[in-house]
Amino acid sequence: MTQPVSSAQQGGPDRGAAPAPVPGPRTKDAPPRGRGPRVDVRNLSLIGVLAVLIAVGGITEPDAFLDTGNLQLILTQASVIGVVTVGMTFVITSGGIDLSVGAMVALASVWATTVATQEYGFAGILFTAIAVGLAAGLVNGLLVAYGRMVPFIATLAMLASARGLALQITDGKTQIVTVTSVLDLGLPDSYVLGIPPLVMMFAAVTVIGWLVLNRTTFGRRTVAVGGNAEAARLAGIDVRRQRLLLYLLSGLCCGIAAFMLIILSGSGQNTNGNLYELDAIAAAIIGGTLLSGGRGTIVGSVLGVLVFTTITNIFALNNLQSDVQQIAKGAIIVAAVLVQRRTSEHGET
Amino acid sequence: MAPEPPLLTMSGITKSFPGVRALDGVDLEVQAGEVHCLLGQNGAGKSTLIKVLAGAHQPDGGEITWRGAPVALKSPIAAMRLGIATIYQELDLVEGLSVAENIFLGHEPTTARFVVRTREGRTAAGALLKRLGHPEIDPASPVGALSAAQQQIVSMARALSHDVRLIVMDEPSAALDPDEVDNLFRIVASVTADGVAVVYISHRLEEIRRIGDRVTVLKDGRAVAVGLPAESTPTHDIVAMMTGRKVEYVFPPRTTSRPGADATEPVLTVEGLTRKGEFAPVDLELRPGEIVGLAGLVGSGRSEILETVYGARRPTAGRVKVAGKQLRPGSVRAAVAAGIGLAPEERKAQALLMLESVTRNVSVSSMSRFSRAGWIDRGAERRAAREATRELSLRPDNPDTPVRTLSGGNQQKAVLARWLLRGCRVLLLDEPTRGVDVGARAELYAVIRRLADEGLAVLLVSSEVPEVLGLADRVLVLREGRVVHTADARELDEHRVLDLVMEGSPTS
Repeated sequence: MTQPVSSAQQGGPDRGAAPAPVPGPRTKDAPPRGRGPRVDVRNLSLIGVLAVLIAVGGITEPDAFLDTGNLQLILTQASVIGVVTVGMTFVITSGGIDLSVGAMVALASVWATTVATQEYGFAGILFTAIAVGLAAGLVNGLLVAYGRMVPFIATLAMLASARGLALQITDGKTQIVTVTSVLDLGLPDSYVLGIPPLVMMFAAVTVIGWLVLNRTTFGRRTVAVGGNAEAARLAGIDVRRQRLLLYLLSGLCCGIAAFMLIILSGSGQNTNGNLYELDAIAAAIIGGTLLSGGRGTIVGSVLGVLVFTTITNIFALNNLQSDVQQIAKGAIIVAAVLVQRRTSEHGET
Repeated sequence: MAPEPPLLTMSGITKSFPGVRALDGVDLEVQAGEVHCLLGQNGAGKSTLIKVLAGAHQPDGGEITWRGAPVALKSPIAAMRLGIATIYQELDLVEGLSVAENIFLGHEPTTARFVVRTREGRTAAGALLKRLGHPEIDPASPVGALSAAQQQIVSMARALSHDVRLIVMDEPSAALDPDEVDNLFRIVASVTADGVAVVYISHRLEEIRRIGDRVTVLKDGRAVAVGLPAESTPTHDIVAMMTGRKVEYVFPPRTTSRPGADATEPVLTVEGLTRKGEFAPVDLELRPGEIVGLAGLVGSGRSEILETVYGARRPTAGRVKVAGKQLRPGSVRAAVAAGIGLAPEERKAQALLMLESVTRNVSVSSMSRFSRAGWIDRGAERRAAREATRELSLRPDNPDTPVRTLSGGNQQKAVLARWLLRGCRVLLLDEPTRGVDVGARAELYAVIRRLADEGLAVLLVSSEVPEVLGLADRVLVLREGRVVHTADARELDEHRVLDLVMEGSPTS
């Protein structure tokens, strides 16, 4: 039985040393710029869905839908939930889940709009919103990473208590923002080249999120922990620290989103961010992030958010009730996951 | 022989898995009321054979005759209906359910086929447990609260709760104390007295002499001896049949003269390393360029020692030093930082990121080398990964290949490349050729020897004795968590190691 051995040994160095055959590697070298060809296909299909939606909107309500103001509205509405979804994408990519995002947005938005906070003006509101988000995220992270709690349970507990705390702070009342420098950011006067500041913030978070996930050691570790936590640990990665940082990141995104929501609504309410957790998870999943972890795509998540927001807008313009919207959202989630299942099965076997 | 046909006849059973021919024409014949022992080294095909018998694997070829009539064991349920019950080494009990519920799982006594008659089940379970000599086990208590030995009894009771004619037991004594083993043997004797046949798998020759009637020996997926008398066949004959393999591996030559090898300072020093219940204090020194092998059976503490050295398990006592500097115990990161690398036993579950490319699998432990302030220089990363994989002639020679598409041997090379790139000084290899086909093995052996020649210290664990003897310079033989022998690999042969490894139950 020495024959296959010797032939393998001969073949090895030869093939290794010889210049690689030109066509094979070249074509394979091209795509990995992104996150692999399959993800690109998925993003393409979401772009297709978005194009169809825009066509539907343009045909059914040509004047109202394609109006600049309406397009600005769609993007603005997508911005708040979009920032939350970027954080959620990181957490899901690492194999976790954060059910408390909506509650964290609510808590941060009311804490940042109390009379006491507003005395410190713009900086006070911004700082408080982010600090509260980070603090809540830190608690989540400590519970998951060092308390060894299942993320679902730990963040479910945070969901309940953060909402409760938000209600306690506001006593159920809407806290009107009087700081004009904050409110100005929501007015058309502040638009740059027709782009609302909120949309620019969303764009900035998206770009930074993409870079962090795809170009940094932090992103690599996130994917590794989600793909195979045991292998990551045995490869020398500090898995617990990474998990802590990820929930902290999600909290940070919620703090930013809360600040954006304050600008958008001119107030802080304990009902803010209601069901954001479901929207963010749904957007990440239809975007192509694996709920089981190990693969995540920021671009997909953002497209997912845009699809949902556009649907909501079209349905509202056509005077369809929210019950129909909900059914359509559900159908889209199912369809997207079924398509993903098929592509990943094709890819894996 | 009695005019009655044998209870079970298997002839020419074949079964292949991707890259491996697990069963290559196995014959087995079992008579009613006998204890038939199945012997063979790890990987000889015992597990596959009993899974075929349990209906869990479908054979590719061969015939199975049950009480004189040909049968197909299409599913575990089909095997159970015929009266074949299997007790696996890893007990398959539901911990949250009660003893009685476990025993009658799937065939509960019911009213209108729907409502479980709990009391009736408990009474019947109590009767079975009494018959097995364990009336003290409460049928109502949860299985999770029982000891390993008691759980084994519950598995037995489950087997007997069916109308059973053949019980297959996979290493039932592995987790038992000596007096519990005695009780197990009493039970085996009592069921065989009722005409039930037992297929008994064990590594302990002594046990086989005590309870076995006949022995079938498997080697490399073939039955090399069928139905030998268990009492009178000499140990040496049995060991000889288990060894002497069909496939001769090609091992790279040892670096015979390493002048002053003993003079060099050990790079890895293990002092009195202990984990309660897993292995007794181990002392070990590894010098650069040296390959040291740990030989022993599954459960002898081999992998546990490796993982404790690596910090993946926290030792109860003892120290690990790299180049004289003591490591923080129980910290993988400390071990990796000091220059230790591990290629674990379960490659897919413990080492690889299956969704990722070769590059990312190789670079995962050295990311800081290609990054500044967390920002990865992907060009440098890819070049370094390509260089490391080329050095090991990993194929295909494209670092963007998804790692899941590689063969077992090349996946192992990806893991080795990870540590090569990291620049580690001590490499821990746990079953480095598991799931690697024969041709690729020799290549891996050559790679490992070359890494050692380049100054790496290698600690090798393998259940294949020839692999340890052929590759290592020095061998530690383990039995039941204890080092029982240390010797130069050239002074040992396979028989000697197997004798040491299987020498009955622990005497100390």
